[in-house]
Amino acid sequence: MPTWLTEAEFEVLTAACDRTVPATAHGPGAVAAGVPDYIDGLLGAFTVDPPRIWARGPTSGRFGGEAAFASFHPLSPLDELAWRMRIEGSQGRPEAEFNGPVIGLQERYRSALAALGADFCAASSEVQDARLAAVDGFGQLLFHHCCEGLYGAPEYGGNREASAWAAIDFAGDVQPRGWTDAEVTEP
Amino acid sequence: MTLDAIIIGSGPGGSAAADVFTAAGWTVAIVEKGRNHLLDPDDMTKPSSDYSNDEIKFHNRYFLGPDPLVEPRTFRTSEEDGDRVHVGEVNSVPSTVGGGGTHADGKVPRFMPGDFRLLSDLGPQPDADVADWPVTYDELEPFYGQVERAIGVAGLDGANPFAGPRADPFPMPPGAPMFGAVRSVAAAERLGYHPYPAPTAANSVPYDGRPACNNCGFCAFFGCPIHAKGDPVALLTRAMATGRAELLSETFVSKICFEGRRATGVDLVQADGTTRFLAARYVIVAAGAIETPRLLLLSDVEHPALGRYLMVHFQTIVAGGMPYRTYAERGRSVTHVHDDMIVGDELSRQAARDAGLSWIRGGLVEHAGAAMPIMEAKHYPPGAVHNQLMADSPIRKRLWAFTMQGEDLPYPGNRVDLDPSVRDARGFPVARVTYRPGRHELVAHEHFGPRLADILKEMGAEWTAVTSSPGRGNAGFTPDSVPESRHNMGTVRMGTDPRTSVTDPFGRLHDYDNVVVADSSVFVTSTGYGPTLTLATLSARAAHHLV
Repeated sequence: MPTWLTEAEFEVLTAACDRTVPATAHGPGAVAAGVPDYIDGLLGAFTVDPPRIWARGPTSGRFGGEAAFASFHPLSPLDELAWRMRIEGSQGRPEAEFNGPVIGLQERYRSALAALGADFCAASSEVQDARLAAVDGFGQLLFHHCCEGLYGAPEYGGNREASAWAAIDFAGDVQPRGWTDAEVTEP
Repeated sequence: MTLDAIIIGSGPGGSAAADVFTAAGWTVAIVEKGRNHLLDPDDMTKPSSDYSNDEIKFHNRYFLGPDPLVEPRTFRTSEEDGDRVHVGEVNSVPSTVGGGGTHADGKVPRFMPGDFRLLSDLGPQPDADVADWPVTYDELEPFYGQVERAIGVAGLDGANPFAGPRADPFPMPPGAPMFGAVRSVAAAERLGYHPYPAPTAANSVPYDGRPACNNCGFCAFFGCPIHAKGDPVALLTRAMATGRAELLSETFVSKICFEGRRATGVDLVQADGTTRFLAARYVIVAAGAIETPRLLLLSDVEHPALGRYLMVHFQTIVAGGMPYRTYAERGRSVTHVHDDMIVGDELSRQAARDAGLSWIRGGLVEHAGAAMPIMEAKHYPPGAVHNQLMADSPIRKRLWAFTMQGEDLPYPGNRVDLDPSVRDARGFPVARVTYRPGRHELVAHEHFGPRLADILKEMGAEWTAVTSSPGRGNAGFTPDSVPESRHNMGTVRMGTDPRTSVTDPFGRLHDYDNVVVADSSVFVTSTGYGPTLTLATLSARAAHHLV
């Protein structure tokens, strides 16, 4: 269940992610890694408290230590203003429009997913590519979020069970174990 | 009771001053506009546990600030661009308790003795105002040693043949050399260069109650989860432990208030938006070489040189693809450097003559690779090739690279002023950066880039590529994109002549008796070295001069 997008929007997003970084023999694609959940989790960051912006430290528990990444940092007033501007847009609020209106990620995704069309999932690859390219700037935004959702920490909703890290032989957040001097100099 | 000093900025400059003042019995307030993620909020004599090995948090989501949506800067390459060509992030140093020290990978080289007498030793350059510093290496040496001992610096005595004399050895031996660096060091030595273990403020052994670095690899641009990096947490916790320092985080100084030749205190904007006045005997400005001139301009300080001579290090980045894995994700991000491109040789002197310049200088060369997978992923094209490229990983697993911190000359046209219309979320005009490299920087880049590529080829590179930062945007030949070096210097130049410099040799404004600039704003030249140790050393020296 998506936390912010509708079921129908989530389906279109899933198909768009699959087209952007498909699964191959070399690793999970964006969908298998949970990128749609990563994006929906960012768009709906303020549906949880503290908002799902910054995972806490110092460790995830994957290499020992406490599983602190599972909870998120409370935001300061200035942090909250910045992240609400980024996600929700300025929405005419004077305190968010000191340099003019800001379009948020929610609006960018909602309008782009609508423009891709309800029949996007069933469309051919060629049609999907053409529609993705037709929404100004959206292909790049979605691709960058795919990279973050694939290769960021799993606590943000993507990189399920660290599967994308495993596929590229990246150990991930190694604290508190770190690497021994021998593993650094003569691995 | 009136405070002895208000210190604006909690980075290495402000922290070094706070340490000296509180040790001497002064009572100080450290005012920081960013959040406190560095010190334990329940016991500020100890570090916090907010930092982590988290690329999303540190690289993609502005955890250390500033967030460019609420604290933007603006940029242009010259006045011919109009008011600005960019609004957003411009060479941001963290806006957080600990400032730039929190995200740096802790390389803290000293400057060379000759760096302080560039005009006398090498002579002038066209269009630039090259000058000697009003302070010598020998005068700074005791303070260099004091700061090195406080933050804990690992290094190898005698390893750099170009270094100035040291009264005392490095506090710690160097940490474990990185796999790739062992090979790039050997290749550089075969070509006649002199690489050495980078002086690094990351513990190689337990030091001052903090543990040894455990090589996690999340170093450059990350806060250290175990606080093996001592800059500036060691200085701040020591100041807090005296009981004579108060940390006011999420508090913005909007103005320094003056009566005649003296500052009476500062106007503050607090986290909830309320404002108040805070009085002190001295005001120490350590907000960095972009925010410090911004604050002085917001405070109506006037001087023809204020904001001018911004230097950022025009970086030459040379990458090579190796036929073997380089393991750049293990270790301190950078363990080795060399100074040969600062010192120069017959080839570089010939290149200068060929270009019609009397001399060129490059910068410190860092031996390093690339460690972070999100950053890597964004460099490849989307589609079915993406997974395969990530698995093959030509620009992470098999990459080795040099970054040369090229010396920027001080040009009056490279500057910081107040943007005429863009504001921050608190409603104040933001800093506008006007910057473009001069001919010296471009000639040095063109000369040293291929020579660095030769070292990578000697190391076994199958391909090499030379780029610069700022790089070339869409407009053509001249580098015109926004600087990303994070090494901001100049803008409030120190000197003995009040007509050509804004502060005296101890960082005190010529025109005001009790306002001292204690950061890299006062730098006269940029040298080819990272500014951190020298700015903290100048700050410690300035503070000793006052107490």
